[in-house]
Amino acid sequence: MAIRVNGEDVPPPDDIRVSLLDLLREQMNLSGTKVGCNQGACGACTVLIDGRRVLSCLTLAVQADGKSVTTIEGLGTAENLHPLQAAFIEHDGFQCGYCTPGQICAAAAMLEEAAAGMPSYLTSDLTTDRIILSREEVQERMSGNLCRCGAHNGIIDAILEVAGERRP
Amino acid sequence: MSPVTYVRAPSATEAVRMGSEPGVRLLGGGTNLVDLMRKGVEAPSGLIDVTALADRVEQADDGGLVIGAPTRNSVVAAHPLIRTRYPMLSRAILAGASAQVRNMATVGGNLMQRTRCLYFNDAAGSRCNKRVPGSGCDAIGGSNRYHAIIGGSAACVATHPSDMCVALAALDARVRIAGPNGVRTVQLVDFHRLPGDRPDIETVLDHAEMIVAIELPAPLKALHSGYRKVRDRASYAFALVSVAAGLSMQDGRVRDVRVAFGGIAPKPWRAIRIEEALRGIPLVPETTAAAIEAEFAEAALLPGNAFKRELAKRTLTAMLNELAGDDA
Repeated sequence: MAIRVNGEDVPPPDDIRVSLLDLLREQMNLSGTKVGCNQGACGACTVLIDGRRVLSCLTLAVQADGKSVTTIEGLGTAENLHPLQAAFIEHDGFQCGYCTPGQICAAAAMLEEAAAGMPSYLTSDLTTDRIILSREEVQERMSGNLCRCGAHNGIIDAILEVAGERRP
Repeated sequence: MSPVTYVRAPSATEAVRMGSEPGVRLLGGGTNLVDLMRKGVEAPSGLIDVTALADRVEQADDGGLVIGAPTRNSVVAAHPLIRTRYPMLSRAILAGASAQVRNMATVGGNLMQRTRCLYFNDAAGSRCNKRVPGSGCDAIGGSNRYHAIIGGSAACVATHPSDMCVALAALDARVRIAGPNGVRTVQLVDFHRLPGDRPDIETVLDHAEMIVAIELPAPLKALHSGYRKVRDRASYAFALVSVAAGLSMQDGRVRDVRVAFGGIAPKPWRAIRIEEALRGIPLVPETTAAAIEAEFAEAALLPGNAFKRELAKRTLTAMLNELAGDDA
């Protein structure tokens, strides 16, 4: 088996204590994914496993064996920005930038969740699959990603812009 | 973290066989266990990953649902049958943690998660009877804002942190358990133990047993229900007080009522006394207040958490009024 990271297969580590976060950063030099709290409280290490947003600090790399991992490096490049990356630049959705890769990975998955009709704590009607991403909905759905610079307003603006472009 | 082995269980039978080895722990999403291993609170010799086992929501013959233990919290919350028949459960799950954690965490792991008591989690610097039996408790004389006001003991006042389990308690959920001698079922409200003088023993689960599913009985007809969580920030925080409540009124009187609390006890706290006191009577402020107060008559308040008795009363009162309004 192998862990597929941004389309490339890597063998799982022999030492099962290695977190997915450490595998990405220390062994694959994919330093876009950041170490924040390293205990599941901040969201800086957010990556996608089989399209679902997860915390790579609380995932053992062996748990991702046989699965597909997408990091910020797999979402966009400097030459070919992901629409969320372009929107974050446009709306000043960061200051120091440390939480940004986690924010963008989380936002990318969040837009898919909303499109699939996944409810949130704020969704009043649980029987509908039609989710309207208000500012408050985006805040609730992104609450797992902290920004200590306080760029949250720009972050929400950027996400709302991309969400609006996706709306049919 | 000490060295540890890792295997994926190919079946529940194999998981029970491998999991019965001393020192071995079952691994769900890892959101709590991996963290506790890193902190030195848990030091298993081996991990049995059970997430490849049946992670489905299925209809049961009695009109209820069966939720496979490895089912991710986010999958349960978004499932059409949960959303339409047990909305209280969807809302409780969505009130907990963050989207990332809900994508990882399993239903079985949610029941088995450990307390977030700061002293329990501080292996290097704090005394904790739950972590090291007989060593003492630094929470009782320390920071106890997040601790229990009912059900605790002189040894431990830690709370069970789950939101999901509070709804499951109100819904009469059952826990299906597999072990070397077959399958047994216990009520969710009987699954977690009160601490007494052994706070390290948290559930009725034997080491050689595993949770295979949660069973939900058929939903009650015409029950308005909800989940209200009061916390220190608007999202992604553990409950100070949470309430799962269901109410149906008939001819101005309470036909049925379900109440469970989170954040105030060592286990999901089903408030049977409040339910019995309210059933069959009109929801009048004085009698409602008296019924709720009786539940907290024996509350053991600490300096940091004394506010929770009033907060719990007000939260439930607001909840009942809101649900009764739905029936008007």
